[in-house]
Amino acid sequence: MTFTDVKGALASKREKAQKVFLALAALLAVSVFVSVLSGPAKINFSEPLSEITRRILYMRLSRTALAIIAGGGISVSGVILQGLLRNPLCEPYVLGISGGASVGAVVSIVIGGTWTILGLSVLPLWAFLGAAATFFVVYRIAEVNGRVPIQNLLLTGVIVGAVLSSIVVFIVSFSEKETLHSVMWWLLGNLQIFDNGLLIFVAIIVVAGSVAAGALSNDLNAFSLGEEEAVHAGVETERMKKVFFLIASLITGACVSAAGMIGFLGLIVPHFMRMATGHDHKVLIPASFLAGGIFLVLCDTLARTVMSPSEVPVGVITAVCGAPFFIHMLRKKSRL
Amino acid sequence: MMTQFEINMLVSGYPGKTVINGISFSMRKGEFLGIIGPNGAGKSTLLKTMSRVLRPSSGSVKMGLRDIFSIPVKEFARSVAFVSSDPSIVFPFTGLEVIMMGRFPYLRMFASESRQDIEAVSRAVETADCAGIISRPIDNMSAGERQRILIAKALAQEPEAIILDEPTSHLDISHQVQVLDILKDLSVNKRISIIAVLHDLNLAAEYCDRLLLMDDGVIVSSGTPSDVLDYATIEKVYKTVVVIRENPVSGKPFVLLAPGLKR
Repeated sequence: MTFTDVKGALASKREKAQKVFLALAALLAVSVFVSVLSGPAKINFSEPLSEITRRILYMRLSRTALAIIAGGGISVSGVILQGLLRNPLCEPYVLGISGGASVGAVVSIVIGGTWTILGLSVLPLWAFLGAAATFFVVYRIAEVNGRVPIQNLLLTGVIVGAVLSSIVVFIVSFSEKETLHSVMWWLLGNLQIFDNGLLIFVAIIVVAGSVAAGALSNDLNAFSLGEEEAVHAGVETERMKKVFFLIASLITGACVSAAGMIGFLGLIVPHFMRMATGHDHKVLIPASFLAGGIFLVLCDTLARTVMSPSEVPVGVITAVCGAPFFIHMLRKKSRL
Repeated sequence: MMTQFEINMLVSGYPGKTVINGISFSMRKGEFLGIIGPNGAGKSTLLKTMSRVLRPSSGSVKMGLRDIFSIPVKEFARSVAFVSSDPSIVFPFTGLEVIMMGRFPYLRMFASESRQDIEAVSRAVETADCAGIISRPIDNMSAGERQRILIAKALAQEPEAIILDEPTSHLDISHQVQVLDILKDLSVNKRISIIAVLHDLNLAAEYCDRLLLMDDGVIVSSGTPSDVLDYATIEKVYKTVVVIRENPVSGKPFVLLAPGLKR
């Protein structure tokens, strides 16, 4: 009797998850379509495609691809950190990792001069190194007697993040007007990518990291009941904390190095997916990846079209679109 | 091999603060052991050390002949489960999701629940009497319902021993009895050892085969409830005047408070 109940409950949960995945996949397809077809330049589909049309399509496609990867990656990173630190308000930008990436990027812009094609291949490397260095610094500071208490990790991350952002402000305050513009553009997020190698590099890290997190979703579930609960369930907590923090850092570092700072995404996408699918990370991680991709593709489409022909930084769009929606959902939820 | 736990000269605590100061006892398989004592006596620290959350600074906790810290974490979780008093809930998982987490030490990466997992969970749900509530999120449950879910999660681990930290502290009397009846049944019929910190001395007397009375990091007294619940000892340890009578139904000792009286 109970066996059929339990089996039925599991089956209906699976069914619900499948429906959500199907809906997200359809939405993603639609948003890619919309994104590729919209922009300041009209696309003429009369055959054969002209050279210029082909170039525009290629640029939009690579841009959309980066939006999916970065949106998905930052959202998954948010889910991991929220579950690990047991705090639904965590996002990759709270923990200093992206702060490290932005210091690296800003240093690279200041050293390398203006925003050039040549500079672009150096900048992501700097940003990624900045993120990696921050991971080690945060982890070392948080460590006490060979253990890293979760609360220490959170506090250290927040403090290191604050220090890093003041370093960015310091560097910016001394830079030339020209440089300043590049820095601001970068800090607010920009998805145009000119370097296929970079796109592939970011895609590999984000996909590998997300798959690894998905494979470890049972560990993450145990962590989200609390660290002691995780020990009782049989999780090797000290090792897994390092693994999850490293995965989240690599994903964030890769995304930020290619797309700049795109805030808010890592907070609201996981939140919405928690409402849609529940909290089981086996479902939550892939769902957040898809939803993050959709959200960033749509935001980027808006960024390109809303003030056409000039472009709005995509980070501004994610915040402006995300915040009211988020507040509405929270209010609706608390009224229930 | 009837000994479940063997604790030998255990010293444990937190950095810079020793809480448990030389505790030794052993425990039989299937025994219902109650740990009592005033706040700050080291009861929870003892449980945390026995469940591998805290590493002892000296002494040992053994299961069979093995030191528990030499057992791989997952293997340990297949033999010892822990029910915490009332964990704070940040993410409202459903009851079933929480119980399913008890299968963690049996699951492999990527693999979804096997028939064995579902069977174990179903048995746990039945034993802990929570079939009607497994689909609800745990933040929508009463304390009693949540406690039954957590016990079901522990049972899903198919353990040989369950450690509980104040399992009845937030419950009314009917739910206290319900939870302790479940635990008693497990110890008598399934030979699962139960180690529980209990604040209510009368419930401890009714249900436990044996009591350990702790004070200030050491065991003051241990034995059957009638041995341990001696008015002179209880008054000394709790610094409170008590009267001890016999429960006319069960014949177990019964502790009454005598408010207003000074020792």
